[in-house]
Amino acid sequence: MSEPGRGPFQECWRRFTANRFAVAALCLIVALFVLSLGASLLTPYDPDAIDAWHVLLPPSAAHFFGTDELGRDVFTRVIYGARVSLKVGFVAVGIAVAIGTVVGLISGYYGGWVDTLLMRLVDIMLCFPTFFLILAVIAMLEPSIWYIMVIIGLTGWMGVARLVRAEVLSLKSRDFVSAARVLGASDRRIIFRHILPNALSPVLVSATLGVAGAILTESALSFLGIGVQPPTPSWGNILTSGKDYIEFAWWLSLFPGLAILVTVLSYNLVGEGIRDALDPRKQR
Amino acid sequence: MVNYLIKRIIMLFPLLLGITLITFTVIHLAPGEPVEMQTAMSPKVSAASRARLREFYGLDKPLHVQYLRWLGHLAHLDFGRSFAPDNRPVTDKIVERIPITLKLNVIALILEFGLAIPIGILAAVHRDSLLDRGISVFVFVGFAVPTFWLALLCMYIFGVKYSLLPISGLHSLGYERLSAFGRFWDFTKHLILPISIATFGSLAGLSRYMRSTMLEVLSQDYITTARAKGLRERVVIYKHALKNALLPVITLLGFSLPGLIGGSVIFETIFAIPGMGQLFYQGVMARDYPLVMGILVIGACLTLVGNLLADVCYAVADPRIRHGRG
Repeated sequence: MSEPGRGPFQECWRRFTANRFAVAALCLIVALFVLSLGASLLTPYDPDAIDAWHVLLPPSAAHFFGTDELGRDVFTRVIYGARVSLKVGFVAVGIAVAIGTVVGLISGYYGGWVDTLLMRLVDIMLCFPTFFLILAVIAMLEPSIWYIMVIIGLTGWMGVARLVRAEVLSLKSRDFVSAARVLGASDRRIIFRHILPNALSPVLVSATLGVAGAILTESALSFLGIGVQPPTPSWGNILTSGKDYIEFAWWLSLFPGLAILVTVLSYNLVGEGIRDALDPRKQR
Repeated sequence: MVNYLIKRIIMLFPLLLGITLITFTVIHLAPGEPVEMQTAMSPKVSAASRARLREFYGLDKPLHVQYLRWLGHLAHLDFGRSFAPDNRPVTDKIVERIPITLKLNVIALILEFGLAIPIGILAAVHRDSLLDRGISVFVFVGFAVPTFWLALLCMYIFGVKYSLLPISGLHSLGYERLSAFGRFWDFTKHLILPISIATFGSLAGLSRYMRSTMLEVLSQDYITTARAKGLRERVVIYKHALKNALLPVITLLGFSLPGLIGGSVIFETIFAIPGMGQLFYQGVMARDYPLVMGILVIGACLTLVGNLLADVCYAVADPRIRHGRG
């Protein structure tokens, strides 16, 4: 048992919580999760219930965010839409981090031609205009949220791979790794038990920022009509009708966009907070 | 320096090959074919004519043959013919979209750098002041705003509510009948919103970057020396610090090269601007393989060239790199 506040984790946590913005952002994200999971309890409306008598109503006490062109409650659709965004963010980044970590570990640990080959692949992948590449693939597949998550993940692992590789390179010549090797540990054990845990902290930062990026990408795809398909609500596809009805219903455009803004901002602030907390040079 | 350059240029070739290979694989592995798209709507199309169509497009050959054929044409800068009904060369289709996208993006780029550099300097020089905090808030919001949403809001405010600016296309109806000045003014009015939003989109990242490089330079010993000599703060900052702080920003200029021609799908779709992004979007929707592959390859190659240019400029400007690696 380490003394309270003395372990490296507690120390990081203390420094993270000293950052008011990051803590506020973290609370917002947690609140968003609660809101989206408890969506059915929080609103009396069904997100898909069409109501021809209450079309394009402005915000009111009954409909906080107004109603859309089919009379659906926009507030309800926005909180149900949060499910899509949060899911996409996590799964896409999970895929990207998994691929990037494996590539970075192999590349950094084995070096030689394996390293050269993998790093050239990273260089090549980084050359492509990412959104164009994602668009090209998504548009050719059947529209599905799973494809979106996979494709965003498959086009977003390169940064993580570079980070992990750099960490591995600096870790593998340290004494504790040599000690493990002398003791006869296998490559796999050295990589996963000794190197990986130490290489993960920069990945955490880039993953948090990556979630924000994935949410933005998904909303842009859905906005273009090739992401999440109606009637499933997503922030991006609500904005599509916002664009179509921009002359009559500003609320259709305002609220889903604000939701994206606040969510992405929160993830970015948390990411920055973690970065500062992990950086020992930044003493508060 | 020359050796370094030659090494870098030789390195480009395997990367170029990799780019073409990935582009080809990605596009051809996707399920469904352009021929099916074109004939799915008409059940009267017989299997025989479907096969003829596939043969016409070269889709009946094995994949590696198709790839090598495409690569052979690429080597002559021939991107093939579009699968669209007009069947025009892809190169022509791309070239005619370049001017408008380029015009828009060059203006936006100038504005971005023109604004971001002073903003970054201000924030760094007045570190932790109210001004710096204000700029920080702006930067974080700028990072998080979906630009297409911002575009929608501006369209609503300036276009719908106050009818100040047109919200779509490049010209008004009756553009041909306007005087030379009238045409210019009409065109400018159409560009104001797209350009402002494009500029805002990258302002955040750029100014933050400028701030951090400026801060780094300001913490160095020679700046302390310059201050200790009793130089005026203006001279220290604008003469001694700025030059070195601007160096890394050059790199970013190189990175912006692909964006200049690539354009943005979302913007061009929202504002109905007939540029490269819109062409790509249409190509993707119609499964126009040669067009999509052409734009992807061009985009990736421009990134490659942009990176090289940035590195070379950096090496030219910074003797430490030049002598270290050359």
